[in-house]
Amino acid sequence: MRIFEFIRPPDPATAVAAAAQSKTAQQGADVRFMGGGTTLIDLMKLNVETPSRVLDINRLPLDQIEVMPDGGLKIGATARNSDLAYHAKVQRDYAVLSQAILQGASAQIRNMATVGGNVLQRTRCVYFRDTAMPCNKRAGGTGCPAITGHNRTLAILGTSEQCIATNPSDMCVAMAALEATIHIQGPKGTRAVAFGDFHLLPGSTPQRETVLEPGDLITHVTLPPPIAGSKQLYLKLRDRASYEFALASAAIVLTIGGGNITRAYIALGGVGTKPWRSPEAEAALIGKAANDATFRQAAEAAVRNAKPQSENGFKIELAKRCLTHALRTAAAG
Amino acid sequence: MSDNPKLDHVNRSRRTFLKTTGTTAAAGMISAYLPAHASDAVEGVSENEVTSTTIEGAVPITLRINGKDHKLNIDPRTTLLDCIRETLTFTGTKKGCDHGQCGACTVHVNGKRVLSCLNLAVMHDGNEITTIEGLGTPDALHPMQKAFLDCDGYQCGYCTSGQIMSAVALLKEPCGPDDAAVKELMSGNICRCGAYANIIAAIQQVRKNG
Repeated sequence: MRIFEFIRPPDPATAVAAAAQSKTAQQGADVRFMGGGTTLIDLMKLNVETPSRVLDINRLPLDQIEVMPDGGLKIGATARNSDLAYHAKVQRDYAVLSQAILQGASAQIRNMATVGGNVLQRTRCVYFRDTAMPCNKRAGGTGCPAITGHNRTLAILGTSEQCIATNPSDMCVAMAALEATIHIQGPKGTRAVAFGDFHLLPGSTPQRETVLEPGDLITHVTLPPPIAGSKQLYLKLRDRASYEFALASAAIVLTIGGGNITRAYIALGGVGTKPWRSPEAEAALIGKAANDATFRQAAEAAVRNAKPQSENGFKIELAKRCLTHALRTAAAG
Repeated sequence: MSDNPKLDHVNRSRRTFLKTTGTTAAAGMISAYLPAHASDAVEGVSENEVTSTTIEGAVPITLRINGKDHKLNIDPRTTLLDCIRETLTFTGTKKGCDHGQCGACTVHVNGKRVLSCLNLAVMHDGNEITTIEGLGTPDALHPMQKAFLDCDGYQCGYCTSGQIMSAVALLKEPCGPDDAAVKELMSGNICRCGAYANIIAAIQQVRKNG
């Protein structure tokens, strides 16, 4: 691990001012906020992340989970994943989020990992994690060995010629389906970004993963008021039953009236370069009968633009079956 | 020292040897890593206090482990795991993968189980940390330690302290009654020997008697 200066800023404004001295924004930046450390310390040990300053934000007053006047939920950036997953309102009204978090990582890691840190979780692509290898995400312009190499676990949606790395988060898939909003405090003030606009496609700049600018601090995430009577489910498929990243996953929020689907919010995990909201699947569901034929059409629509690599073509069928099964299970629930 | 008092002589000799040689090497090179309670042989260094540092950017912290404060001047890169094991010589906590993939380094921070390999020691100034040494003693085992003995919940023993720390924390977490629920919440602790069935039995025994 490279040497760094450890700073514990007394308040968010000081943290933002200190981080604003960095040339780039949070991921891979020279000045890094540290939450739970479960991604960052791991990558610092590998010299993938080499900040010269680490700002410990764990003692800032950003860990509250509060119900808002409109019935929605305000989730502080340093709230722990386990506290969010076991929160009574989350379990009751945002079950898909609780399920997604509890199917990710292990109990120890969920006790450490923060909500803001999970939003910024970095890919598990083996080439990204190995500084002996080229990687456009870690070292722009050096190439992507994954495209011709080991890519079994990598993305089929949202890829580019420069990067096919999968976003590994489960929590983010549920937040995409729940239409969360990310709240940011930066050098120029505060702003809110819709969850779907927060993560960027890799395109020709895979090193830039989010809309964050230098100094920007995620302060909290909000969820809109719960959808009454919605059926929610997170289904995750992986190589082992627990403590493993998704090969394919689906977050479902549905409402059904008179046998027809009236509202549908669908996101996929383990297959996209970002948490993958699927408006194509949603369009194939809304207004249709809640039956297997509809679910299969939605699954087909979700992967219509999928691009398989040499080792991960199976993910197209897996994602389809995952979504179909999740829809069937959620609708029956 | 050991779980079996009869083995104290053997284990103490081995561990004392390792700690003493480690201390000698550390004193010559990096005094910031000087273990507080293993430094009695070094003249002028008092119990539970490290008086000097040569590490640039070292941070003064007080680490509260098993109810006792340790004042340290520590390189911010030092993980909580390395601080516990190398600086403070609580060697019951084990280093397995060092990347958050095996659970061997599990300790409690403010009552919750965490991975000490993915934490920096400097982040825990003032926090209450519990290691396996803080759970029980050979004469007064924690019920979970006794259950692991009763149920043969280990073979080589390397993962065992992490398994036990995880299992003790699990008792206070939302966990369904059946084995499947326990397995899911214990999935972060890998056992290379495959003692899982007996580990689950030990945990269920404590829950049943609890």
